[in-house]
Amino acid sequence: MGYPHGSHPRETPILSKYFGDAGARTLDGWRARGGYDALQQALATDPQELQMIVKDSGLRGRGGAGFPTGLKWSFMKPDGKIHYMLCNADESEPGTFKDREIMRWTPHGLVEGVALAAHAIYAETAYIYIRGEFTEPYAHVTRAVEEAYAAGVLGANAMGSGKRVDVHVHRGAGAYICGEETALMNSLEGRRGNPRIKPPFPAIAGLFGRPTTINNVETLATVPYIIKNGAEWYKQFGRPDNPKSIGTKLFSVCGNITRPGNYEVALGFPFKDFLYDLCGGPLPGREIKAVIPGGSSVPILTREESEAAIMDYEGFAAAGTLLGSGGVIVFDDKQDMVRQIARLVRFYAHESCAQCTQCREGTAWTLRIMERIRDGAGTAEDFDTLLSIADNMTGKTICVLSDSCATPVVSGLKKFRGEFEAKIVANRAMVTVPGAFRASAA
Amino acid sequence: MSHGPSASGGALVAAPPHGAHHDEPYVPVFTGQARAELDTIMSRYPSKQAALLPALWLVQDARGWVSDASMEEVANALDITPAYVKGVTTFYTMYHQHPVGRHFIQVCTTTPCNICGAEDVVKSLLEHSGCGDLGLTSADGRFTVIEVECLGACGFPTPIMINNDFVESVTPESVSRILAERT
Amino acid sequence: MADVKMVNLTIEGRPVTVPDGTSILEAAKTAGVLIPHYCYHPGLPIAGVCRMCLVEVEKFPKLAPSCATAVGEGQVVYVHSPKALEARKGVLEFLLINHPLDCPICDQAGECELQDYTFAEGRADSRYREPKRFNPVEDFGGDVLYVQNRCILCTRCVRFMGDVAHDPVLNVSERGDRAYIGKAEGHDLTNPWAGNVVDLCPVGALLSKDFLNKARAWELDRAPSVCTGCSQGCNVVVETRDNIAVRMRPRSNDAVNQFYMCEVGREGYREFNRRDRAEQPLVRTGHSLIIADWEDAIAAASRAFAGKRVVVLASPNLSNEALFLLDRIVAHSNGQGLFRVETGVEFVLPGAPDLALRSERAANAAAARMFGFAELSSSRLPLQDGDALLIVGEQLDGIDAADLDRTAAIVHVGTTVPDVLAARVHVMLPITNIAEEEGTLTNLRGRVQRFMQAKAAPGLARPSWYVLADLLAALGGEGRYFAPADVFDALSAAHAPFATLDYDSLGLRGLPVLDQSIVAAGANA
Repeated sequence: MGYPHGSHPRETPILSKYFGDAGARTLDGWRARGGYDALQQALATDPQELQMIVKDSGLRGRGGAGFPTGLKWSFMKPDGKIHYMLCNADESEPGTFKDREIMRWTPHGLVEGVALAAHAIYAETAYIYIRGEFTEPYAHVTRAVEEAYAAGVLGANAMGSGKRVDVHVHRGAGAYICGEETALMNSLEGRRGNPRIKPPFPAIAGLFGRPTTINNVETLATVPYIIKNGAEWYKQFGRPDNPKSIGTKLFSVCGNITRPGNYEVALGFPFKDFLYDLCGGPLPGREIKAVIPGGSSVPILTREESEAAIMDYEGFAAAGTLLGSGGVIVFDDKQDMVRQIARLVRFYAHESCAQCTQCREGTAWTLRIMERIRDGAGTAEDFDTLLSIADNMTGKTICVLSDSCATPVVSGLKKFRGEFEAKIVANRAMVTVPGAFRASAA
Repeated sequence: MSHGPSASGGALVAAPPHGAHHDEPYVPVFTGQARAELDTIMSRYPSKQAALLPALWLVQDARGWVSDASMEEVANALDITPAYVKGVTTFYTMYHQHPVGRHFIQVCTTTPCNICGAEDVVKSLLEHSGCGDLGLTSADGRFTVIEVECLGACGFPTPIMINNDFVESVTPESVSRILAERT
Repeated sequence: MADVKMVNLTIEGRPVTVPDGTSILEAAKTAGVLIPHYCYHPGLPIAGVCRMCLVEVEKFPKLAPSCATAVGEGQVVYVHSPKALEARKGVLEFLLINHPLDCPICDQAGECELQDYTFAEGRADSRYREPKRFNPVEDFGGDVLYVQNRCILCTRCVRFMGDVAHDPVLNVSERGDRAYIGKAEGHDLTNPWAGNVVDLCPVGALLSKDFLNKARAWELDRAPSVCTGCSQGCNVVVETRDNIAVRMRPRSNDAVNQFYMCEVGREGYREFNRRDRAEQPLVRTGHSLIIADWEDAIAAASRAFAGKRVVVLASPNLSNEALFLLDRIVAHSNGQGLFRVETGVEFVLPGAPDLALRSERAANAAAARMFGFAELSSSRLPLQDGDALLIVGEQLDGIDAADLDRTAAIVHVGTTVPDVLAARVHVMLPITNIAEEEGTLTNLRGRVQRFMQAKAAPGLARPSWYVLADLLAALGGEGRYFAPADVFDALSAAHAPFATLDYDSLGLRGLPVLDQSIVAAGANA
């Protein structure tokens, strides 16, 4: 449903079916809505089979990377070692607010998914890492875990299966970078949230040096439905001619749009219909100027590019951007793209962990230049410098925060050059003729 | 210690002028129930160090902020060094290293909220709280207001946090009512 | 090493074969290719944060951090390809944007890796037009000053204190470009091994307060030597400016001290500059000590010893050569050799295999024991009536003057004249200190190591081996020695543990004695 708005008939509410339904929050409420059947079934199923079902379903990680979930799980073998299941609930990508709703409305759905995944990867212990600011989701998930333990759903003998499944909730303390899988592990271990060099990969040496699987909230919340209804059921959602993008996705829509909220549609949905029909298009009297479709780390699309795009992994890639986390940020024609890109750069500069030289210094330098341009003191040379810095920040660091900072700058300069240039021209205190310096969107 | 001018923000909360809190004798946090809670938390992880973030939360919940003395206490409880604790504490922006107002207000101004008027909400908050500027505590000790990065509620602009309460859809107009409810 | 899998790859066109698991950076070293880097150090865990060591590897989608990337069979690595150079140039640019560029007043100038790599691969200009980040200097305690503005956050210092010294008093504080190296209030760098962070720091962010503004790196003369602060025998380099020692720094030796030395050792350089040196031979005539020339002084000394039993009180900091010759003197007169050793608290560097500030605070007690010198447990000298006393290098602190009065004659061979001897000594023969001569020392594990001359001796002071060789000859002893190597040859011929050793082949890293159990048995370390 386009929560908090009513469900749109063209949505496919699977995960979002109970958004806004307070009754879904309790254990009994979840059971009454068909919950925990999947977990019961899974605990009696060999993990190898569970891995195959999820692999077959085509589910890809919904946190932003889009890595095939079943393939990720298949790295975990019955090797007799201690394994860990981690749920990444550190949702901090600007524009994204879907995991929050899953945790607020269907916390048991998440618990069920986490427990199921733990069993599927031969782990007896799972941690749910929730960002520190999510106090309300934290309260709901913690309560759900307590209820689950009290009812014997979790613990030494989960649902009477004879298998142990322990789930602990761990609270973050304000760091976007802890959404990076290895930084999350470091944070859980009581360290600074620094991403780790890979290799070694988490499946070999992850949390506390042990084989670890980490998945996003939305991914884990989807898993019980796949187990309960089967892989074939899940494969019905998506473009018939694109088997690489299967299932439904929660798209968080925000910014200058009539109906902001979370919308669940089958992958392959046309973006134009999505923006104008489901989300109500721009506010009265305004025009959409730019859209970032996958959270702030993916390239910006112009209105024309957005209207032509298809909402799946390959569709957005073909449009020159990425599906990412599915956080859709809509900018209308009243927005100052230079100002907003500067604000995005400020976000990355604030969140840099400080390990890599390019990120630590590059994000701050980019910010200083962007703010100087924004405030009217920029020069034409600054554009070349910005692009050069962006190039030096891309593909050369331990994690991609550095790349993510460069992305809006590069796509902004490419597609909204006129707005950048207008700032420079304005700087030279020329007489402005209204309408003569209209920012071009191309 | 970092004095800036740092591009990326510097200290979000200003250190208060020399205050009495530095002279009072330190009362340990991990006694009685808090200690029991810490022990329970520690049992969830194979290493004591993993309880560091939860321990710092316990400290902040008890005392409102994390002082050098608290860092020493946490270090001793977890068999790690105070320097290590400090390195972790200063990494995460939600731990306060100075006392703050009774109601600590965080306002999201990242782009999705920014294009929906978040900066006007900040202005309104500063006006109505009496704080004067970001990071400062109002004279009556009630409020401290800071800008933060994306709070993960972009569809409900502008979200703010007041201590542990998450308030959605704040507008410049609703600010005075929200603040009035907090003494 | 029979079963180690080897990997073949090509680096900068050169074929390289190294054990599986070696990093590309280390593999490049074997091919004579230096890949620029900051955060990597062979003694520290890999961090991979500075991003300076990026190289291009065929078929890799991205540039690889060579310190953190293992070699692969058939890899083709380009260190100086345009892409790699561009990336490293970018890193250097980022490092310099907030850098104060205060080389004219920075101690690191001339031995600064930021200067070196910028000169080799960096930009010639700056594109930075913004205000620079500024932070005040911080005193970290101990000998360490932290100049935050110059810091490149390579974290070598943090990793050293945490992983090698097992004393994590340094951290990285805050995040992003606000980050800096911090410590906790009230916990300073007082660890005896903390001074190593100054050596490890590639730039002028961590500085020695003792060395602050004393000399420029290019003014220094350097000589490899061995520390005499304790029996560990850390390899060092003695640095002098205009013949004054200004600094001692560690020299790497995997078998002894890896890359490190302790504060006690470092402070030892001051001793080399003492002004109260004995510069001329002195012979007692009546109540006074008169300056004499060497020939006369040696002759006077041998006359003083003629027909007497010579008891030698030697410093355990004398070289192997000097101690060997003293042993000869003892044997020739049927006398006795003695030594005393100061002890202190041991302080291990846990992250190194066998490294500590040893409780035995002298460099060559092992040799003294091997040559049959007896360790004094009290400050009383076991003298018989009619004994002559030959004091070599000993400062006589705590020695009872009554013992000195019981002797028939005293000859002192040393760098200074202890007060208690001023009225008692018959002949004073001035010698060089360890920085002014060359020779060998034997550490607590029986490793024999060479030290080289770092500065000129004052006045007419001569090397200890030289003086003792002359004295031995004057007494009628056998052997003529014209260089330390000659003495060493005689030493290795006469003492079985040294049998396989040759002065030249000791090189600059030393070699172990044949039978180390001899060392362990006698040592009290």
